[in-house]
Amino acid sequence: MPDLAIIIPSVLNGLTTGALYALVALGLTLIYGVLHIINFAHGALLMVGLYAVYFLNVQLGIDPYVALFIVPPLMFALGYALQRGIIGKASHGRDENILLVTLGLSIVIENLSLFVFKSDTRAIDTPYSFEVVEFLGAFLPLPKVIAFAGALVTAALLWLLMSRTDLGKAIRALAKEPKGAKLVGINAEHVFAMSFGLGIACLGVAACLLLPSYYVSPQVGHGFVLIAFTIVVLGGMGSFVGALIGGLIIGVVEALGGLFLGESLGQIGIFLIFILVLISRPTGLLGHKV
Amino acid sequence: MRQLALLGLVFAIIGLAPFVISSDFTLNAVIMILYAALVGQAWNILGGYGGQFSFGHAAYFGTGAYTVAVLQVQLGINPWLGLIAGGAMAVLVAAIIGFSTFRYGLRGSYFALVTLAFAEVLRILSNSVPFTGAGVGILIPLDQGPANLQFVTKQGFFWVIWLITLAAFVTVWWIGQSRFGAQLMAVRDNEDAARALGVEAFRVKMGAIMLSGLFSGLAGVFYAQYFLYLDPYIAYGPAVSVESLLVPIIGGLGTLFGPLLGALGLHVISELTREFIGEFPGISLVIYGIILIAMVLFMPRGLAGLASRLRARPFGTRAKAAEGSHA
Amino acid sequence: MLEIRALRKFFGGVKACNNVSLTVPEGKIASLIGPNGAGKTTLFALITGFHRPDAGSVCFLGEDITALAPEEIARRGMVRTFQIVQPFAGQTVRENIAVGAHLRIRSRAEALAKAEAVAHRVGLSDRLDLDAASLTVAGRKRLEVARALATDPKLILFDEVLAGLNPSEIRDVIPVIRAVREEGVTILLIEHVMQAVMSLSEYTWVLNQGELIAEGAPADVVSDPLVVEAYLGKGMAERIARREVRHA
Repeated sequence: MPDLAIIIPSVLNGLTTGALYALVALGLTLIYGVLHIINFAHGALLMVGLYAVYFLNVQLGIDPYVALFIVPPLMFALGYALQRGIIGKASHGRDENILLVTLGLSIVIENLSLFVFKSDTRAIDTPYSFEVVEFLGAFLPLPKVIAFAGALVTAALLWLLMSRTDLGKAIRALAKEPKGAKLVGINAEHVFAMSFGLGIACLGVAACLLLPSYYVSPQVGHGFVLIAFTIVVLGGMGSFVGALIGGLIIGVVEALGGLFLGESLGQIGIFLIFILVLISRPTGLLGHKV
Repeated sequence: MRQLALLGLVFAIIGLAPFVISSDFTLNAVIMILYAALVGQAWNILGGYGGQFSFGHAAYFGTGAYTVAVLQVQLGINPWLGLIAGGAMAVLVAAIIGFSTFRYGLRGSYFALVTLAFAEVLRILSNSVPFTGAGVGILIPLDQGPANLQFVTKQGFFWVIWLITLAAFVTVWWIGQSRFGAQLMAVRDNEDAARALGVEAFRVKMGAIMLSGLFSGLAGVFYAQYFLYLDPYIAYGPAVSVESLLVPIIGGLGTLFGPLLGALGLHVISELTREFIGEFPGISLVIYGIILIAMVLFMPRGLAGLASRLRARPFGTRAKAAEGSHA
Repeated sequence: MLEIRALRKFFGGVKACNNVSLTVPEGKIASLIGPNGAGKTTLFALITGFHRPDAGSVCFLGEDITALAPEEIARRGMVRTFQIVQPFAGQTVRENIAVGAHLRIRSRAEALAKAEAVAHRVGLSDRLDLDAASLTVAGRKRLEVARALATDPKLILFDEVLAGLNPSEIRDVIPVIRAVREEGVTILLIEHVMQAVMSLSEYTWVLNQGELIAEGAPADVVSDPLVVEAYLGKGMAERIARREVRHA
């Protein structure tokens, strides 16, 4: 039985990782809450964001944190276009069709990048990549601490956007009463695409915060997809607070699972939570709300 | 009955292949098409006729494949017994997954995600435990001979896959003619209405997932014996799950001949890709993905649907496909 | 035949069904009326196993069926139809009806033959090979009746089988329902179209806000001030009463 000196750093590490998971999940839960679709291409789009941050850094020398002003808007545009051009047209009245199309998108994106970038794993060098912060006797990498703070700030901004702006109102109206919202003149297609774009922009933010302490490869998104789904389901489909808490829980579970069971088996813990939560409480731990 | 005759005719023609084809390359292509049709027909039972879209059919495929491989390598058990054991284990896994999802009423996207999660759990497990060879994979020793379910020539493999695939297609023909099938399609089209008419939805869905798992598992056994190598990614990875659903979606969901058309179509497309773009890692999956998107967007009833529209009468059994109603 | 005792179901604060007791007599056409949102459909869902009641019991043919699943209840001889018709779209009318027939018949051929016979009884013979989704509303209502009938039920619960039909269609469907009763099947109707129920049913209950407020012969029930009030709002009963006095 490892003692506290090992467990505490592990938990803290899990929390910082969990905050990033939460950020990825926030986008997913926003999309689910409004459009009631499960975006299977979420992980692949995160990978796109990571490559964007990577090449901005390597080719143009732009710091990942500066890229926060470039990548999320680009990702937003990409998300808007995808929803308007492809995903929004796929349903034919069945949710599964949307799932299939986003599955198709993820396959295309993932394998295209495999084709273009090969399966190499790439990381960037920043002056602060190996800086650490001491907290409760644990040494945490500075980029992860920044990512933790950044995730919380993003969640707060998103919440403000949803509750204080006209766009937020329109999104919430559409999520709750699609028919009514259309009747009062809300352009549903546009607002749907805006929501999807916002969800994908969250991935852009996550990519900028993630890369300094992580890497990018064509399959990098893969690991995030099911984790993000788990968080979304755990937190209650469509709930922001739920996604945050769910993300932190999963981060800690993964860290402790890895500590006690080894890296590979530790991951199983996540999937088992996912299956158990879906089977026992499909509305999530915190119930359903947008 | 006409359908059964047509089915017999089609398989009889396919059965001529070993007699008229001398090149191993071409016969291999026929074998791979039959194999893809088997994988697709397995998925079609649950997805096409039952309306339950699984994203994790690798769970059954991989279980069948690993069962025959592990029994041979670790315990020295004959692969013909392994064929039976592989099918049985796949049915068991299907029963477990079916029970834990259908019992709790999971439908639609939730069902898809949970099945995917189950496949991932199995992938990680097979990556972690020693008796599957973990991440290194498992190599079935080359020991050719019919007694070992390994054949010197492609002909032997051809007859094995021909027979299993025929069994799958006859099963699906039977589904189209039976009470079980009528109830399964009723559950697909409207579960509440079906239950109100006395259809035991849970039992019917369990039957479908176990049949589906059986044929997926047998496909896995065949794969293991044909290629003699497995690793967690091959057995339980997403490629099999995607191929499983892509084949009937291309060919026509919920139709008897859809998976065969789909397997043929997919093979032609892959060959063309190889011809014109060359062989690069991932490129065939890119094409798969594009086809999947295009099918759902523009041809939700698949090739069979197209055929029936051209002939303006039903092809095979009814193609309810992806344009169903959510009341 | 069907005995409901003190049935209760609350959804959060909404009392969808509060202490409802009633007994449907064998061989009759009985009906349950009430304004929109009175809890009629919920009551059907409770009786047929689609919802689990919070309290109370349902007895059918002398056996307690309260906690049974819908399919088990159907097997015992009680089937329901749906207010929002639920055809198996993409399947033909014949195949739709055969699903019901399969409850008692294993053979596909026999079930299809039976479907044909049932279709004849409800006037769908000419549309047997059409896609059920292509039927008109009236056609779909007939299909609902046919599918239920094909299960050889002892009791059918019709949920608003006349709603959404125009007067001439209603005139066409009423004899179909009467004929079902003539064959010995007991019927419980839910309707909020009162006129139709008047001419069809022999006994009626009135449900309002989850509670029974009246019962009896249809003619007596509709003149009950409580019922008029439930349907038309407070004060209306008095006004009607006054007017009738004046006319008299």
